[in-house]
Amino acid sequence: MSESAPAPAAVALEGIAKKFGAYVALRDITLSVTAGEFICFLGPSGCGKTTLLRIIAGLERQNAGTVRMAGRDVSGLPPALRNYGIVFQSYALFPNLTVGRNIAYGLETRRTGAAAIARRVDELLALVGLARHKDKYPAQLSGGEQQRVALARALAPSPALLLLDEPLSALDARVRQSLRHEIRGLQRRLGVTTVMVTHDQEEALTMADRIVVMNAGQVEQVGAPAEVYRRPRTPFVARFVGQMNFLSAVAGARSGWARVGAVELRHQPGFEAVPGGALTLAIRPEEITVGPAALHAENPLRARITAVQFLGAFTRLGLTVDGEGRTALECDVAATAFAELGVGEGADLPIALAPDALRAFPVPGPAA
Amino acid sequence: MSVRAPAAAETPDRAVRHRLSGEDAIRWTLVVVFAAVLYLFLLYPLGQVLWRSLLDNGGRFIGAANYIRYFSTPAIAASITNSLFVSAAAMVLTVALAFGYAYALTRTQMPAKGLFRVVAMLPLFAPSLVQAFALIYVFGNNGILTRATGLNVGIYGAKGIILAEVFYCFPHALLILMAALAATDARLYDAARTLGAGPLKTFLTVTLPGVKYGLVSASFVVFTLAITDFGAPKAIGGKFSVMATEIYNQVSGQQNFTMGATVSVVLLVPAVLAFVVDRLVQRRQYALVTSSSKPLVPGRRPLADWSLLAYCALIAGFIAAIYLVILVSSLVHRWPYNFGLTLKHYDFDTAGGYRALWNSIRVAALTAVAGTVLAFVGGYVVEKCRTAASGPLYLLSVLPVSVPGMVLGLAYIFTFNAPGSPLNALYGTLAILIISNVVHYFTVGFLTATTALKQMDAEFENVGASLGVPFYRTFWRVTVPIALPSIVAISMYFFLNAMVTLSAVVFIVAPGTELAAVAVLLMDDAGDTAQAAAMSVLIIATGLAVRSVYWLAMRGITRRTQAWTQGGAAAGEPS
Ligand SMILES: Nc1ncnc2c1ncn2[C@@H]1O[C@H](COP(=O)(O)OP(=O)(O)OP(=O)(O)O)[C@@H](O)[C@H]1O
Ligand SMILES: [Mg+2]
Repeated sequence: MSESAPAPAAVALEGIAKKFGAYVALRDITLSVTAGEFICFLGPSGCGKTTLLRIIAGLERQNAGTVRMAGRDVSGLPPALRNYGIVFQSYALFPNLTVGRNIAYGLETRRTGAAAIARRVDELLALVGLARHKDKYPAQLSGGEQQRVALARALAPSPALLLLDEPLSALDARVRQSLRHEIRGLQRRLGVTTVMVTHDQEEALTMADRIVVMNAGQVEQVGAPAEVYRRPRTPFVARFVGQMNFLSAVAGARSGWARVGAVELRHQPGFEAVPGGALTLAIRPEEITVGPAALHAENPLRARITAVQFLGAFTRLGLTVDGEGRTALECDVAATAFAELGVGEGADLPIALAPDALRAFPVPGPAA
Repeated sequence: MSVRAPAAAETPDRAVRHRLSGEDAIRWTLVVVFAAVLYLFLLYPLGQVLWRSLLDNGGRFIGAANYIRYFSTPAIAASITNSLFVSAAAMVLTVALAFGYAYALTRTQMPAKGLFRVVAMLPLFAPSLVQAFALIYVFGNNGILTRATGLNVGIYGAKGIILAEVFYCFPHALLILMAALAATDARLYDAARTLGAGPLKTFLTVTLPGVKYGLVSASFVVFTLAITDFGAPKAIGGKFSVMATEIYNQVSGQQNFTMGATVSVVLLVPAVLAFVVDRLVQRRQYALVTSSSKPLVPGRRPLADWSLLAYCALIAGFIAAIYLVILVSSLVHRWPYNFGLTLKHYDFDTAGGYRALWNSIRVAALTAVAGTVLAFVGGYVVEKCRTAASGPLYLLSVLPVSVPGMVLGLAYIFTFNAPGSPLNALYGTLAILIISNVVHYFTVGFLTATTALKQMDAEFENVGASLGVPFYRTFWRVTVPIALPSIVAISMYFFLNAMVTLSAVVFIVAPGTELAAVAVLLMDDAGDTAQAAAMSVLIIATGLAVRSVYWLAMRGITRRTQAWTQGGAAAGEPS
């Protein structure tokens, strides 16, 4: 993001703020989207994702800040002059128009030739695999099919930008899975810059080039999925994206060391509290080393298994760490590896918290 | 994490403005035109009534003197208590009778429900005078029963007015109560049964609480209809004066316009109060029926089914008898002396005759067109073009339902028959009759339209905008087709009411623009009761014919839109 690309960003937001009455829905959002990129706004319900998307679309008016598209300041332009396609959560398909008519809707006022429109509609129907359904009405289609019609309608006038507001949330899990790949594939093929809103972290991780994690009207972190997952910048991101164990700790005398109960642990560099000050350590369940391997690893601990939960490919163990302050941890072990351990509930288990997986954060304030 | 001061303080309260486009200009034009129509034809005329009530007949400002005179002249002041009494009595009777009828139609396995439904709706097709005529033909001084039994029940006065209002208001209360009784959740009844509640206890603890808002609403509607009605008290009230007839007497009889204005302002009070209280109560009504509700399928209860059948037959018999009496009296030489058949009463020789009927049909048709366009576009302006004006426009749009027709009519005299005003051009035209009907019946049309618009996906316009399609195109290609059932229902409502209304137009008809309902009044006044009955029959027949056409049109629309409404996406037809 920091490198200065020669071409202007497809979308650049600068200091966007939005208030609904006295309620501040967004504060000071600055962000840029590269051309051709697939970006996801991810965050809990009510954090302002939809509001931000609608500000880009011009459907909501910001109180402060500027919106640029391909270098052009569109902050004051009505939606019709911004050149984007949008898919709403409800799809908002026109129930009285056939699939073909729905897709042609945005073309009819621009292109003159009926033949050109018909050709473009067929092209899009083929693109989303709905050629057979051209003359049906939306109510006669399944949810997934309706979703693809909405997508085709938004893409028909070849917009420079595609906006998607929770496009998959109304579908059942199976359809959602396959549509994820379909949308992503389509986006790659067309190369259209896409901004998608979702509160489903799995969706964001599998689809996005970059994720914008939002919380309470602010951006917490922007980064590639792997980066956001591996190096969450804040405890909020750590908790919201993937699973995370948190341990209260006290900073040790040596830089990069902290004490949990009686044990000194080395953690990732990044955050340092004053010696004796409180901090929070975090590690993901699948990053905990268990069994004999842990005995010789760095940061070893002794734990007791309090719960065993079989989850298919892996097994989730509930652990309590010995020593004062009965710290509870969750740990994921591959099902085969767990079988090899040959232990069960109530058994003792050596574990280790690898220093490069052990993140350090300031103690979250009461708000977080 | 960014450690900056909260931005709230620095963020301006006002959102940035978007550049105005051609579309915005059209949108604002619609807002302005709608506001101007409501101002010119509703707010300004009502203001005139208020103002005139503070003047004397010479135009001098005299403050509250008219009001003091009104309240201190026993003969006129009696109209207030009289009005309140007959309206309250009609309200209690109508709601009680309609509740039993509605219960039978929605909650039993009684046979012939369809027939009972249709018969109960008949009063919607007749001017309110008609119920009174029938009562006079039967119980009046020369009534058929009076002559047969020699017993005169003294139908002229409060008794007659109350009875006539009960029949006139019956279908209105019935529709509301049926809707309330139909919207219930069978699971509540299952729960009551598993808890061991008997039929009476279930009725008192589940049924009644479930429809309490319906009962409140029906009560207010009936009260308002009765207190603002002019036809029935005029025809059967005799010397018993109510406020609506008092306005008529002051204005038409004594040319005392300022006293007419004074009574009008006083009449506005209970009507507006009833309306405000009703809205407040309705606001507290949460959705009783959720998407998980189970519809109640009434079981067979022979005793209840048959006794309610007898009850409905009795009421429907009364209603049918009213229209039968009117029909027969229009077809015989001289009710009740000579029952030889004749068509001579249909050969009208006064009050405009067939020209009045033709005028009425034209006015009703044009009211339907103009009213529907204004109600739907107005609803669209308020609901979809969210501007700062939406709130005030909504209030103005729901105001007419609490403005009595007599008051609106008087307001139009003051506004469109004022010396030197350019608005006078409208006076004496059919246009002013159409306008007064549109305004008089605007609220229901408007609320039906906004309900239909609210049921539509809020993003339709946004989809259009994102695709560069102007909002008016989306309005025409999507909004209107989806709302077509509601639009047709709104036009039907305007047509039927314009056919039968009397109170709002009685002051503003002029030579050449006679209307059928007014002709009925004038014929009756002139003693031509048989001709009045004949004209009533023609009004009812026209209404029924148009209603049949409407029914066929609805079937056509339903068939055409079946394909795309399978998903339940279309806005439903209003009650
Ligand atoms: N028109 C509005 N008026 C008042 N408050 C609003 C309005 N629209 C949104 N809000 C508030 O702004 C906040 C952000 O809303 P937004 O719809 O952007 O959330 P979101 O992140 O999309 O949540 P979700 O995942 O539930 O869709 C919420 O607290 C919401 O209540
Ligand atoms: Mg949202």
